[in-house]
Amino acid sequence: MADKKTLTFALMDPPYENARSTTALRLIHIAAKRGYDINVFAYEGSVYLAFAKQKPHPNAMHGRNIEEENHVLTKDLVSSLMEETKRNGSKFDWVNCGLCVDERGATEAVEGVRRGSPGDFLKMAEASDNTLVIGTRG
Amino acid sequence: MKALNIIETGYRATLEEQDDPGVWLSYTLKAAGGDVDVLLRGNAVNYAVQGQDSAGLQYGTWQQTQPPRLAENIASMTSKGMTVFIVSEDLQERGLRGVPLVEGLTPVARSELAHLFGRYDQVWHW
Repeated sequence: MADKKTLTFALMDPPYENARSTTALRLIHIAAKRGYDINVFAYEGSVYLAFAKQKPHPNAMHGRNIEEENHVLTKDLVSSLMEETKRNGSKFDWVNCGLCVDERGATEAVEGVRRGSPGDFLKMAEASDNTLVIGTRG
Repeated sequence: MKALNIIETGYRATLEEQDDPGVWLSYTLKAAGGDVDVLLRGNAVNYAVQGQDSAGLQYGTWQQTQPPRLAENIASMTSKGMTVFIVSEDLQERGLRGVPLVEGLTPVARSELAHLFGRYDQVWHW
């Protein structure tokens, strides 16, 4: 990609609460497929998107065991998006807001996620062609 | 890079955070050297109302000693040189015309918002 572009996403919603989280990850997926360099600043509850201790479960209503259910874990989606960007020769930087992590005890994140601050978000946005904020809506 | 933070959702986690996450982030970005202004719209215009007091919250024996002080937080942004816009119609619709607001706010009409956004490199809607 001759004129490589960089997009920054700021997320705010926790996983398993509403469609904004999965929509955000789909948008990031499209950007990854198209070869963009990607930054993500995970703010507030969205630090749980990459929480390493997420576990799959079976689902009796679906009549499926744990393997058959193949439950969606957002931490796996995050890791997969990182791999996708790597395959495309692009950069992927995911920063979890450190204070948001601390107040939630969400200290364990999947590999490739780093701890940071709003200052990191500022640097990301300044170095990006554009920034999309997907905030929590009340 | 000049950025405008739009804060629209009012009282989002303010009791737990002891502030508003969008307001806190705006202030922190400014402190980190960012050129950031704020637009209050929707229910978030109420943040500018003086005299709010959410003290006294208690759960069991646990007592909140540091309740959110949103109007003070807004005032501290203007005193730091940040421009805090507030949508006039949103104040009007909520019966807040004539109610004492923090000083230093910049009222803006809905019809002026597109021009306002055009003055910023990035617009972030929290």
